[in-house]
Amino acid sequence: MTAHLIRSATLVDGSRADLLVRDGVVVELGAGLSAAGAEVIDADGLLALPGLVDLHTHLREPGGEASETVLTGSQAAAAGGFTAVNAMANSSPVADTAGVVEQVQALGELAGYVTVRPIGAVSKGLEGEQLSEIGAMATSRAKVRVFSDDGHCVSDALLMRRALEYIKGFDGVLAQHAQDPRLTIGAQMNEGALSAELGLAGWPAVAEESIIARDVLLAEHVGARLHICHLSTAGSVEVVRWAKARGIAVTAEVTPHHLLLTEQLIAGGAPAPLDGAYDARFKVNPPLRREEDVLALRAALADGTIDIVATDHAPHTAEAKQCEWAAAANGMVGLETALPVVHQTMVETGLLDWAGVARVLSSAPARIGRVEGHGHAIAAGAPAEFTLYDPAARRDFGTAQLAGKSINSPYLGRSLPGRVVATFHGRPTVLDGAVLAPELVSGS
Amino acid sequence: MRHLLSTKQLSREEAIRILDVAEDMSDTQQRTVKKLPTLRGKTVVNLFFEDSTRTRISFEAAAKRLSADVINFAAKGSSVSKGESLKDTAQTLAAIGADGVVIRHPASGAPAVLAGSGWIDAGVVNAGDGTHEHPTQALLDAFTMRRRLHGAASRGRDLDGVRVVIVGDIVHSRVARSNLWLLCTLGAEVTFVAPPTLLPSAVGAWPATVRYDLDEALAERPDVVMMLRIQSERMHEAFFPNPREYSRQWGLSAERWATLPGSALVMHPGPMIRGLEISDEAADSPQSTILEQVANGVAVRMAVLFLSMTGSEAANPTETEIA
Repeated sequence: MTAHLIRSATLVDGSRADLLVRDGVVVELGAGLSAAGAEVIDADGLLALPGLVDLHTHLREPGGEASETVLTGSQAAAAGGFTAVNAMANSSPVADTAGVVEQVQALGELAGYVTVRPIGAVSKGLEGEQLSEIGAMATSRAKVRVFSDDGHCVSDALLMRRALEYIKGFDGVLAQHAQDPRLTIGAQMNEGALSAELGLAGWPAVAEESIIARDVLLAEHVGARLHICHLSTAGSVEVVRWAKARGIAVTAEVTPHHLLLTEQLIAGGAPAPLDGAYDARFKVNPPLRREEDVLALRAALADGTIDIVATDHAPHTAEAKQCEWAAAANGMVGLETALPVVHQTMVETGLLDWAGVARVLSSAPARIGRVEGHGHAIAAGAPAEFTLYDPAARRDFGTAQLAGKSINSPYLGRSLPGRVVATFHGRPTVLDGAVLAPELVSGS
Repeated sequence: MRHLLSTKQLSREEAIRILDVAEDMSDTQQRTVKKLPTLRGKTVVNLFFEDSTRTRISFEAAAKRLSADVINFAAKGSSVSKGESLKDTAQTLAAIGADGVVIRHPASGAPAVLAGSGWIDAGVVNAGDGTHEHPTQALLDAFTMRRRLHGAASRGRDLDGVRVVIVGDIVHSRVARSNLWLLCTLGAEVTFVAPPTLLPSAVGAWPATVRYDLDEALAERPDVVMMLRIQSERMHEAFFPNPREYSRQWGLSAERWATLPGSALVMHPGPMIRGLEISDEAADSPQSTILEQVANGVAVRMAVLFLSMTGSEAANPTETEIA
């Protein structure tokens, strides 16, 4: 296998070093390295970040191949600097048996761009009634450690308690989609003055906060680990802060879009009133919230109340978005833009340094999801899982920068900082900002 | 005015211009020959994704009196129910050659999406979208108030200082929203009366006074009382216990009606449920404008179609008699 010599990269502590990569391992790290025959990458001015780990990705396969496949989603991930993703269970068939999770993992290995870790469903068919085959998935070849009914809330309190207890026995974590279903019947956007004006049924903050409050108490009662998916409100931050202060084993994620975008986008309004209003690219669950929520989420990510950033990458076909708001699907693609958005909202604002970015996008999600071989610092002897990022770049984001199958990005036409120049998942998956062809990457 | 999507978007000048053109249109409707040649050769499509015979025939009459060709397209079932998508429907209408689209849709924002989509190059008039807006209803309501209050001197006037009480299912009502914005733009003062369950939780952000008690609101001797329809399915969703209790607390009963000053107008967008939100005494009184609202609706919709499909700079539309 070809060796790669990465010259003069900047590490997250600000120091500069050369990296020599051979056979999937960083064999040397230091100044003035040389290696005969190695392919040289000039990383002057580039940051070397540990490979990003996404705890919340929808790869859509099996069942939703019109919007994404394991291969195309893996390519989008690599383009965004990711080396591992956790694939949500809401495929069709649902990932609620060992057979499905092993298939997803095998497709990930075949694609070869990133480590694909399947997430198992908590309940059979995501129906919230009966536990899925959690043990079979945990002990399968896919070794599932994250369980989630994402898209649906485990709303029944007794099932939630049993699931927390049962998953504890397999060193797993339950990732809860916190949404009281009865308080959000037909919900279309954040409930408030704007939803009232636009005539869209409200998704009130209390529907998230009340579930999180219940679940942290359940997690405390049964001594289990709980992870909160895509936390979106200032009130939820307060509940998690309280739970952590109490010593409850809760972790939380925020999506890039909830760190940057607000509900105001749904109103359109430029240049004329209602111009661009009800653009379903901004429809997502949980919904975009208020400016106050965005600021509270950033502060919580900075102070550690929120542990990680996870993309909730949710590809949809054009048809599913080019329609009236109520008929449109929830979700946004986010793998390619996660790092630039965190850069803009957390680094440019001075809330996080690059070591902090490595924590929230790599080491912490790897730890929470038990993603082996990822999340470690770049060091001699460690697996070559890293990305080279140009923090000085800035570009208008367009569909050309999307590497997955769908284009439902809320950032099209926006200027975003930074650019992923290269990604290594053992060997390169992205070079010169371009995703390498499948035959150069495939694990088969 | 290319599209009419909401009253929130209208300036005071634009709103008064529409009402004044509607006065002209209304005058023509007193003639023996009611038909004008204004939109001859143009095609208006009434695209109704939701049943509404009243609104549809009002728009149809308006378009026909302007000599437009009218196509009624009842598209029951949007992409929500796995029928044809809004996009495909719009592109079909574009291929047919529609110059104006009057759209009624159960999804809030569907007219705005259609207007901004590029799927069809036509003026879009919102005939009611979900729980968002119903701008022509608010315009005809304002037109009716202005005529009752200012009579023949209505042209150019606003509704400065007029006190309007709107009673009923505010949270689900596109009529309430469109009226709120337009009445505020025209200088009127709006009070909403409803149980808290039928008000948006963030109603405090709206430029309206909010009351839960109808008798308190009526004691302030408003100039206009507008009753909204109560849909019976609401009580199954726990918005209120039963029709009897609703009627007792928020219905315009004969007794409440009797406490109002003789000058107060009673309005209802229809269809009304007598005995629930409104009594016979109120609905059938001389102060009731309910049938005038229907008649004025045609004139207002003629004005809106004219302004949307010819541009507001066009000459007075009513000067030319049909040949």
